[in-house]
Amino acid sequence: MKVDLTRVKPYGDTLNDGAVQLSFTLPVPIGEGGKEAARQLAIKMGLENPEVVYMADLEVGFTFFIIYGNLVHTVDYTAIELPKIKTREMNFYEINQYIREKIGRKVTVVAACTGTDAHTVGIDAIMNMKGYAGEYGLERYPEINAYNLGSQVPNEELVAKAIELKADAILVSQVVTQKNVHIHNLTQLVELLEAEGIRDKVVLVCGGPRISHELAVELGYDAGFGPGTLAPDVASFIVQEIAKREGKE
Amino acid sequence: MGKLNLDRKMVDRARSAASHIADSLQVHINAHTTTSVERTVARLFGIDGVDANGVPLPNVVVDQVHKGGELSRGIAYWIANAMVYYGYSAQEVAEEVGKGEINLLEVPHQDDGKVKQLIDDMAEKMADYIKQRRREREKYMEEWGLNTMPYLYVIVATGNIYEDVVQAKAAARQGADIIAVIRTTGQSLLDYVPYGPTTEGFGGTYATQENFRIMRKALDEVGQEAGRYIQLVNYCSGLCMPEIAAMGAMERLDMMLNDAMYGILFRDINIERTFVDQHFSRMINAYAGIVINTGEDNYLTTADAYKEAHTVLASQFINEQLALRSGLPEEQMGLGHAFEMNPDLEDGLLYEIAQAQMAREIFPKAPLKYMPPTKYMTGNIFRGHIQDAMFNLTAVLTGQGIQLLGMLTEAIHTPFMHDRFLSIQNARYIFNNARHLGDEVLFKKDGKIQRRAQEVLKKACEMLEEIQEIGLVAAIEKGMFADIKRSRTGGKGRDGVIKKDEDYYNPFFHIFLNRGDRT
Repeated sequence: MKVDLTRVKPYGDTLNDGAVQLSFTLPVPIGEGGKEAARQLAIKMGLENPEVVYMADLEVGFTFFIIYGNLVHTVDYTAIELPKIKTREMNFYEINQYIREKIGRKVTVVAACTGTDAHTVGIDAIMNMKGYAGEYGLERYPEINAYNLGSQVPNEELVAKAIELKADAILVSQVVTQKNVHIHNLTQLVELLEAEGIRDKVVLVCGGPRISHELAVELGYDAGFGPGTLAPDVASFIVQEIAKREGKE
Repeated sequence: MGKLNLDRKMVDRARSAASHIADSLQVHINAHTTTSVERTVARLFGIDGVDANGVPLPNVVVDQVHKGGELSRGIAYWIANAMVYYGYSAQEVAEEVGKGEINLLEVPHQDDGKVKQLIDDMAEKMADYIKQRRREREKYMEEWGLNTMPYLYVIVATGNIYEDVVQAKAAARQGADIIAVIRTTGQSLLDYVPYGPTTEGFGGTYATQENFRIMRKALDEVGQEAGRYIQLVNYCSGLCMPEIAAMGAMERLDMMLNDAMYGILFRDINIERTFVDQHFSRMINAYAGIVINTGEDNYLTTADAYKEAHTVLASQFINEQLALRSGLPEEQMGLGHAFEMNPDLEDGLLYEIAQAQMAREIFPKAPLKYMPPTKYMTGNIFRGHIQDAMFNLTAVLTGQGIQLLGMLTEAIHTPFMHDRFLSIQNARYIFNNARHLGDEVLFKKDGKIQRRAQEVLKKACEMLEEIQEIGLVAAIEKGMFADIKRSRTGGKGRDGVIKKDEDYYNPFFHIFLNRGDRT
């Protein structure tokens, strides 16, 4: 069995069978017509032999479908290039040591859930003394002055605080993404920082369940962190980025 | 006692400490009012609508008196005084204030007896109306019926009230008993309640009286068809806590999220403001027959559910005691907790069962509000669905009252229509399949579950006794709940806290607490 990495497709139980499962709801009443509509949509998505294995009446004229099929498309795995965060991962002790030895002063980090977002789970996991999943948050780092401004912080207030504290880095968490509110909010912050003339003076990082590094860079951030990120991931990036900018690597 | 062999004396000690804590807070509460309490009085006098700038009229009248430094007497007096002088209704007075035609503080003082009589008449009238809405609920519950507990509680959160109606009706037809219209993010920090129907919100829909009305009507329609009364929930929290309670009472909502400390800890609303606001809001909920849902589950999203389990129990005791002081009966206390332990924890399910059973036995009459796993939901929807199943099994085993259904897509997006469908199916299957499991199961004497419950109770009792020593405000300042520290003078909304004068008068306090028609 040899996988052709230039033509990769999903695997069920036989190489290149292209097996995928999907589920969705259609705004049509349950019945054979709806089932056929779901099947035709699956074909348009690139599925061969789509099979509607289950459908359920969601009432008020909606039907839920579960479909299996075989995807016709392939991708060239060997040609994939990803914008990756290029830093060496360090642990709590290494990071603090790195700050002492390379940067030579305490690093100030200001963090907030901005805009109307009230979900602090993410920023707390990174910032709180206790941390998350066995990793201390930045508040515990002796070489980091960590300020967690909490939730629903207006961008203006975050920028003002960053200036007041002479922040080296700003962390922004965005959890609510309905109607792309996070995009507007993240973009506005970059604009404000540029207007204040301090965009280049801070390491600007965002995070959240729907944030990717690629998206972050596109929005004008230095890095973006998605689900599963722990405090050392963020801190490693920040301190190495500061050292790089200050020529202290 | 019960299945957990809990030490009854320890329960009494904990409750007694919580009672002392509530009593010392009550001294502060009784001495103060807030701008939102006074706006609530204005609303209960029938004032609604907005001025030419879109400012809600309850804010317009209260702000005028507050700016003049005279709110310490209560807004009731100033409105009624102007009504007597001009012969206007309360609404007309408010409209004239909004147009800049009347300054309440410059209206000549009328006969005190007449003003007082008018205030009491208006208050009686509103109390009658709220009572009538309550009777209506009881009638529909009787006629259309209710499911067996745990009730299935789901959330709609489209941002558009009309879209919410579609989702809510679908959920009700699929088997949901309770629909919560989650609020748009940030509403809790607005120091006014928006007006009219709304179609733009993020992560939720604005709580407005018109939106309440629209959803109430929709749920009555679907409830009548389905032969089951569908309960409606909103969020009586944030800077407008008592105003939302009044709106809910008028529009026959059935439940309100209404916690004594949530706003302080999680929205950084001023401590003094929140305690005064929660007191009046709960009086309204009590009188309207609205079940409150407290927010202890939130502690476990910031603090560890295993290590901090006792803080949940301690907070439940405090919420219970504060609610009793608003005249809220135990049957209306949906005390909150959550299934939030790390799923990788060995015997985690046993500890969850211990916690849920303990709450059941310590608060036997309360329809406990049980919240689903959220913190350790990962995006792996397949595992998530199983976590929700474990949560449902624990609920039916331990006799929880109000089951907020977990969504397999938690941590990914606000629920799609079929996410809700799948979670309702999950709960219905398990509740039905294990309906009387709790009647059959006893827990081993001094086994893991019993010992865990006893240990949590002991720690909660010690924590409450410590708080009794230092006071609840100091405890919050120390970060004893949810690992969050808040100071007495910090937070939002403190400028809306006012010390009452000797001639302060709010007619609803007396009526809601003492009228003999509460049940």
